[in-house]
Amino acid sequence: MNINMTTDTTQTQASVIRNLAEVRAMIKRHKLNDYIFSLIGLLALTLALLTLLTLFTDLVMDGYERFNMGFLTDFPSRRAGSAGLLSAWVGSALVMLVTFLVAVPMGVAAGLYLEEYAPKNWFSDLIEINVTNLAGVPSIVYGLLALGLFVYILDLGQSILTAGLTLGLLILPIVIVSTRESIRAIPTAIREAAYAVGATKWQVVHDHVLKYSYGGILTGVIIGMARALGETAPIITIGALTFIAFLPPSPITDVAPFINFEWLSSGFTVLPIQMFNWLSRPEYAFHINAAATGALIIIVTLLMNGTAIWLRYKIRKNIKW
Amino acid sequence: MVDNMNNPTTAIKAESRNLNFFYAGGNHALKSVSMPLYENKITALIGPSGCGKSTFLRCFNRMHDLYPGNKYQGEIVMHPDNTNILEHGVDPIEVRMRISMVFQKPNPFPKSIYENVAYGLRVRGESNKRMLDDKVEEALKGAAIWNEVKDRLQDLAFNLSGGQQQRLCIARALATDPEIMLFDEPTSALDPIATANIEELMSELKEKLTILVVTHNMQQAARVSDYTAYMYLGELMEYDETNTIFTRPSRKETEDYITGKFG
Repeated sequence: MNINMTTDTTQTQASVIRNLAEVRAMIKRHKLNDYIFSLIGLLALTLALLTLLTLFTDLVMDGYERFNMGFLTDFPSRRAGSAGLLSAWVGSALVMLVTFLVAVPMGVAAGLYLEEYAPKNWFSDLIEINVTNLAGVPSIVYGLLALGLFVYILDLGQSILTAGLTLGLLILPIVIVSTRESIRAIPTAIREAAYAVGATKWQVVHDHVLKYSYGGILTGVIIGMARALGETAPIITIGALTFIAFLPPSPITDVAPFINFEWLSSGFTVLPIQMFNWLSRPEYAFHINAAATGALIIIVTLLMNGTAIWLRYKIRKNIKW
Repeated sequence: MVDNMNNPTTAIKAESRNLNFFYAGGNHALKSVSMPLYENKITALIGPSGCGKSTFLRCFNRMHDLYPGNKYQGEIVMHPDNTNILEHGVDPIEVRMRISMVFQKPNPFPKSIYENVAYGLRVRGESNKRMLDDKVEEALKGAAIWNEVKDRLQDLAFNLSGGQQQRLCIARALATDPEIMLFDEPTSALDPIATANIEELMSELKEKLTILVVTHNMQQAARVSDYTAYMYLGELMEYDETNTIFTRPSRKETEDYITGKFG
């Protein structure tokens, strides 16, 4: 009897150990999948980053000899060596200013309305689908729309105003979608808390919704602006000039009322168009200029996106949910 | 069952009359609920999950109005002014100015401790700094958290512990001098010590106002409330003094629920 029991125990022990070995082998097999996937993921990431890095390095290596102050303070010229970006970056900056002033108020207001005020029915669903679709419309289509609407019908000319309005429309869906997403991230409990003490809808929107979501909205705006900065097709479509040796009138003047709006109707060029123009020249020297411009656009874009990430981090730090 | 305990010394602060409630999907969540809330008393709502007790509570500050498609039928009348707070002409904001609410999970705003408490006053247009300071201090004292936060009123409310956050939310609800305060399972996210603090606080608060509390915790209802309502499937099954409900309930279902045979 006693002997039997001992054998029983040994047998149970043995089977437990065997089972344990099987379980361990199984875990190892399953963990292999983890390992394989993380390898694939890493490979994909490396490839993507390497491509970008190669492109950027190539641009910098081609264009580095043009990296000097003169490149930023000179007008374009017949001689590649003394041609600069002055009119292009000033044009880009002014167009961006108009884009910002158009896209931010309209986009934020539209996003707020859709999320907080609009009744939820088939019509608002339809609008929602269309806003998302707008983000996927090719930019040249916006250019055609702008040529017809702003240049011909509204007679705004091939001006900074037209370009700013066009790019503003182009990035409007990005601003609307990012506004809605950051508003939606605010928990119901916080909204209900505000309503429960007797706040009106506008008080809730102004004191809470906008305050807690503006980090996300700002991120969307900056990413949209970075995209607008590199847009070429719609600007060419509306007829931006490619060779400009003058600056638009300054928005700020030294006589009262110290601001003027003539710059809005001025002709202009922007960075990507200047780059395109230089690239289409046969002389190699101009290609160096184009490479330097490309590097500059990438740097500015990266800086803008970096700012967006940093701002989001800084603003989100105080909000935990 | 309500009539036979009419006590001339306790006034009725509010009462629901044949209250029916329908959620947007058509779910008939409350069925002809009629019950009074006695002034300066704590009334507890108990019952299994989904019985409609939170739905009932949220009728009192028209929280359901925030979501389209919800429908009330019947009345909730507030005394002494006899206002039916469910009537179309009555603005839900007016109702929320008189009846405040504390939620299940502490939900402070991502603002400072001070601003959390002051918000209800700011919404009412109060901007006098001295007035706000006084009211904030009074509310924090009333919610028994003043001593813990008086030196860091400008700190973020998120840095407080869960129990402190809930007491801060009570202070926020208290700062506007409400007539009725609603508690929706106020301690379900808290540990036993924080729970005891909140319960003690509720007993103190009823000196000043009327309290309606939803709770899943039978002992809590027995400890803290003066009246208890047992709800089941959207109906009010039994309503009486807490003592009576817990010692000799008149319905078998109530007894089964209280003794844990059901639910």
